Amino acid sequence: MGKPLIGILALQGDFREHRIMIDRCGAAARDIRLPRQLEEVDGLIMPGGESTTMTKLMIEYGFVDEVRRFCASGRPVFGTCAGAILLADRVRENGRGLLGVIDIAVVRNAYGRQLASREAALTIAALDNGPFRAIFIRAPMIDEAGPPVEILSRYQGAPVLVRQNNILVATFHPELTDDARVHEYFLSMNGRDKGLQQHDSFP
Amino acid sequence: MERYATIPVKTGLAEMLKGGVIMDVTTADQAKIAEDAGAVSVMALERVPADIRAQGGVARMTDPTIIEAIMKAVTIPVMAKVRIGHFVEAQILEALGIDYIDESEVLTPADEKFHINKWNFKAPFVCGATDLGEALRRIGEGAAMIRTKGEAGTGNVVEAVRHMRAISDGIARIASLPSEELMTEAKNLGAPYELVTLIHEKKKLPVVNFSAGGIATPADAAMMMQLGADGVFVGSGIFKSENPSRRAQAIVKAVTHCHNPDIIAEVSKSLGDAMAGLEISKLERNSLLQHRGN
Repeated sequence: MGKPLIGILALQGDFREHRIMIDRCGAAARDIRLPRQLEEVDGLIMPGGESTTMTKLMIEYGFVDEVRRFCASGRPVFGTCAGAILLADRVRENGRGLLGVIDIAVVRNAYGRQLASREAALTIAALDNGPFRAIFIRAPMIDEAGPPVEILSRYQGAPVLVRQNNILVATFHPELTDDARVHEYFLSMNGRDKGLQQHDSFP
Repeated sequence: MERYATIPVKTGLAEMLKGGVIMDVTTADQAKIAEDAGAVSVMALERVPADIRAQGGVARMTDPTIIEAIMKAVTIPVMAKVRIGHFVEAQILEALGIDYIDESEVLTPADEKFHINKWNFKAPFVCGATDLGEALRRIGEGAAMIRTKGEAGTGNVVEAVRHMRAISDGIARIASLPSEELMTEAKNLGAPYELVTLIHEKKKLPVVNFSAGGIATPADAAMMMQLGADGVFVGSGIFKSENPSRRAQAIVKAVTHCHNPDIIAEVSKSLGDAMAGLEISKLERNSLLQHRGN
């Protein structure tokens, strides 16, 4: 079994930081700029960036159905900040989310503008070795999470790291720190159905 | 436990803008057009650089009414410019809740010798640079993002190219030096020693570096990306062109797909006239904006 190959959606945003994190965790990373490149990868990261820009480019280049299909295949998908907004089922001001693959509702820029961006120490029960230093940049807030969603961490009462089967969502940016634990958790996700390890054993 | 306005929080927003296009706008309507075209951020200003250059006079921070209207019109981050050294204009922008402050040579400098002490502010700053020494001086003063200066308002990319290459060459040089030469290199660059050693170690700037000043076409934008820019600012190039929305969308796609000539060719078709350009060598040296504040 080779090391898993993780695709990083590289239309816009901090995809390079995710790539560096994945490298550090001992997996391989590849930038994804066209939908056909999704076929080759075992997992997918939707990075932080501007969700309006990414939405436009995803629609323009035919990503929407392809990423939905990727999510349905059971392979792990991880969205941070803007990525979380794209994966969400509901976005408060727009109604539907772009991909709608995780049963959460999000409010964009919920904490305020850049001056309200912050660092905070999070307790994440699924991770060993103490609190996680989370960086929130003009962050969205998850203000509703349906029954299939497992809440892995909260900040000021609102969920900030959640998982539904093979879909992991963070409203903060673990890729901007030196702490690889959230990415390691993502790489360990084999879904309670199908996932990374199983897919990785395909020829 | 929370901490605000830390270095990672300030540089972090710039990280989110990477691979994107920041567009100059002068009205809320233009801001909306830019957002709809896929801009990652807009720069609110009173006049685009081409008009500042043509009309002359003192160019200052934009009227807060316009900045607030732009902030209300879009959900993407909003930046605005202050004059070099004008810390009260910066205090005003911070009070308005601006997302990023550009201490910019495009406006008329308020201080001939000193830049703003940007560590005093909670709002992050972006500053222009023509070479590595200048970039490191600005970072030393607290800038959380750098942009090459280029020559704003000319529609001519040649200066942006010169500045991007100068910064890349400076980094490559520091990376290759033996460590005992770093102090002298810092002296020669006029740059903080700590930042020179950081570049030696990491082989890259500690903050995001966008390209700016003269980018007018999708090809210009893609070239700057291939030369190592993390993203681009387009000033006069969009709203001084024949079809701003179409050109803006094309530049956004060219930046994302900067290594894909097929896509750049496709998006470059039928954009209408680009802004009229100026040849730098025909300009008076004292009309060049890039020499302000170094």
